[in-house]
Amino acid sequence: MNMPASASPVPAPRTAPLPDKEQAARELTDIMARFTGYVGKRLPQDVLDKLAELRERETKPLAKVVYDSMFDNLEKADRLDRPCCQDTGALQYFVRAGAGFPLLGELKAILGDAVRQATKEAPLRHNAVETFVEKNTGTNTGTSIPWIDWEIVPDDDTCTIEVYMAGGGCSLPGAAKVLMPAAGYEGVVQFVFDVITSYGVNACPPLLVGVGVSTSVETAAMLSKRAILRPIGSHHPDPQAAKMEALMEKGLNDVGIGPQGMSGSASVMGVHIEASARHPSTIGVGVSVGCWAHRRGTIRFQPDLSYEILSHKGAVL
Amino acid sequence: MKKILTTPIKDEDIAGLHAGDVVYLNGLLVTCRDVGHRRLIELGQALPVDLRGNAIFHAGPIVVKDGDGWKIISIGPTTSMRMERFERDFIRETGVKLIVGKGGMGPETVEGCREHKALHAVFPGGCAVLAATQVERIERVEWLDLGMPEALWVCRVKEFGPLIISIDTQGNNLFETNKAEFNRLKVPAIAEISKEVRFIK
Ligand code: SF4
Repeated sequence: MNMPASASPVPAPRTAPLPDKEQAARELTDIMARFTGYVGKRLPQDVLDKLAELRERETKPLAKVVYDSMFDNLEKADRLDRPCCQDTGALQYFVRAGAGFPLLGELKAILGDAVRQATKEAPLRHNAVETFVEKNTGTNTGTSIPWIDWEIVPDDDTCTIEVYMAGGGCSLPGAAKVLMPAAGYEGVVQFVFDVITSYGVNACPPLLVGVGVSTSVETAAMLSKRAILRPIGSHHPDPQAAKMEALMEKGLNDVGIGPQGMSGSASVMGVHIEASARHPSTIGVGVSVGCWAHRRGTIRFQPDLSYEILSHKGAVL
Repeated sequence: MKKILTTPIKDEDIAGLHAGDVVYLNGLLVTCRDVGHRRLIELGQALPVDLRGNAIFHAGPIVVKDGDGWKIISIGPTTSMRMERFERDFIRETGVKLIVGKGGMGPETVEGCREHKALHAVFPGGCAVLAATQVERIERVEWLDLGMPEALWVCRVKEFGPLIISIDTQGNNLFETNKAEFNRLKVPAIAEISKEVRFIK
């Protein structure tokens, strides 16, 4: 090989991040801060479409009053550039990163900084109370908050980040339990209906209901949260699971909780199930709830940090 | 025609209103939630705002400093049921006439509203910018030591609403009625689905 003597084929070990990496980290922080603020102010397209459909279908006068207020509110939030609900939640990020994404190692710190920046700039309500210390940190960051969930994809260098604002009202109904196999899928249905018809009523319906069916309590709970991150209108790939989603959606709508529990022609924006294989002796079931102001957003980065917003139509940060 | 209540609210203003009616509010609306209730009822601390004939809002707003004063960015109702433990005593102690929040309240509040002629009403949850645009100004803030969400924000409001009355002065409770109906309807719905999901064979 014809190589000048000075060029070393092995890169020198790095002890400090390269300056351009620092700059890239700052850029990613800024984009994520702006995107997080944006998600607090505007609902994703699938949620908007579903709410419009439910509003159209509604016949009860009190329920119509509530839907009118919701759309009036969304219009004002957009125009005045303000958080559409005052409860901007505890911040959660669901990261699906390629093992080759250049800022993978820096991402945790970047997301913490992005939250601090968005808290000031959006602004977001101060919603992180340090447990046991019982002090509001005032920054929306604290031990393991923002909550980050990681999925690493081999042979890939892009990064998809899902932002979710977990409000208090819609987090409260969350529940999980391990059933005996004798309870069957019928037991899962009973559990979901019990949770939604009791605690769901105060969680600002129409709700997006996430159900996890899995082996133990924490796996079912995590899958139920993943379920509400799926776009509305998507179905589980397994035909039996998809059938159960449709049956529960119809069944809950027949209960007629209506917007804000006012009673009306629908209760939910959808029911999503996520499942894993499980121990033969258990059926773990988890329920997570998204409120009508379901603030979820998806952004995908290329390794050069060019990005695409997948959840919101025509979004400009 | 919009039915508008104006503070100070008198007993006769609300005697004819029923659970399920929609009203709007002009006048004084003070945010008061968990710790505000606890301080008055459990710790016996006097409330620094006179609520006689006025309204409270179970809410924790986003507020920013605006010169010498304050500006509401976003203010929406929080779950009223958390205040159920205190509300009956709170109504008796303060003479408050209208309690605004989210979701229903329980039998103790119903009793308080009947004994002392008061209402509980729902402002649509999550509609925080709509509510903020109906606040004309923040007159003052008390108990700011509790932090932004828990402080008592004394607001002057104009056509604040829609407020859907959930508990009236005659003991009717809209959410109790609705919940009984939901529980009745859920039984056949579950039975119907259960037939179709016997996947374990
Ligand atoms: S449940 Fe959702 S819409 Fe309702 S107050 Fe909480 S965050 Fe806002």
